[in-house]
Amino acid sequence: MTTPSITPPNDLRARYLLRVADTCLIHAQRQSEWCGHGPVLEEDIALTNMSLDLLGQARALLTLVGEGAAMPVDEDQLAFLREERDYLNMTLAELPGRKGGRDFGDAVLRNLFIGTWLHLFWQRLQASGDAEVAGIAGKAVKEARYHVEHASDWVVRLGDGTEESMGRMRRALDSLWLYTSELFDDDEADANAAATGLGPARSELRANWQAAVAAVLADAQLALPKDSAFRSTGSRGVHSEHLGYMLAEMQHLQRSYPGGKW
Amino acid sequence: MSTQNEWPLWEVFVRPKAGLDHKHCGSLHASDAKMAVQLARDVYTRRMEGTSVWVVRSDQIVASDPADKDMYFDPAEDKVYRHPTFYELPESVNHM
Repeated sequence: MTTPSITPPNDLRARYLLRVADTCLIHAQRQSEWCGHGPVLEEDIALTNMSLDLLGQARALLTLVGEGAAMPVDEDQLAFLREERDYLNMTLAELPGRKGGRDFGDAVLRNLFIGTWLHLFWQRLQASGDAEVAGIAGKAVKEARYHVEHASDWVVRLGDGTEESMGRMRRALDSLWLYTSELFDDDEADANAAATGLGPARSELRANWQAAVAAVLADAQLALPKDSAFRSTGSRGVHSEHLGYMLAEMQHLQRSYPGGKW
Repeated sequence: MSTQNEWPLWEVFVRPKAGLDHKHCGSLHASDAKMAVQLARDVYTRRMEGTSVWVVRSDQIVASDPADKDMYFDPAEDKVYRHPTFYELPESVNHM
């Protein structure tokens, strides 16, 4: 590594926004692993489109956070020059994807979980006291709505499909469900956001998320797994072993060619 | 190669903006109508090409037979009088 890491802003507002930005960023990167590998050409394009939507959402928030920092940084520095512990994405987004041997069922279920969460988040952020956050949310909410529709359709098709597709959806559900608790696990950044009118505490999204996801899983003939005491901690900066490998791939160019542009 | 297990083919029509016609722009494979509309959106409207899409099963389109091309279309060739260009227009409709 030839380029030193930056010290990202660490105030509660920045942490709150980085959590959403990083979840979009890492989810986009994982989903983009399907580029060139989709089950059919049309679906390949659809998945790539959605990854680009998510990347755009991440860029808007990273730019906003970077500009507002005491020592301003740009979107590229935030996206590519942080240490692993400074990424605040939900662990769910970083779990192995296609390259880790997971299949399309895993991809669409993850997209349903994160997409529904982001859709609810963006809906609420449209009413943010921060006009720029509200503006970003206004654009993103339309994209997120489509992601949820696309993912929901596939979860139902595969869950209520053949014996093989149902088995794969069950396996995906069993492996991903554990990581959904974190989506609603409040910390001090949530409390601050709710108190200052920046946005909702994560826990406020839980009821609507569960209702929406349960409806899709019911249509898909998939039973809800039992809840577990396990809590993932990516949004506090403590990640699974999988994020480091992703970051190595994502950061390689910026580390080797500092300030490199397209 | 067998096409037995392939999804059916759909023709895609995109309307670029309100007031204009839907125009054929290509085709895609999808398992049903809903998926066809979604994929049409993903494949053919990525660069602001459209405000509305239609899809129709390709096998539902009845087309003229290419072998009938001469019989169908050539006879129109020497009938320029079918274009309304031989009429004197009154001044008042100058901008028709």
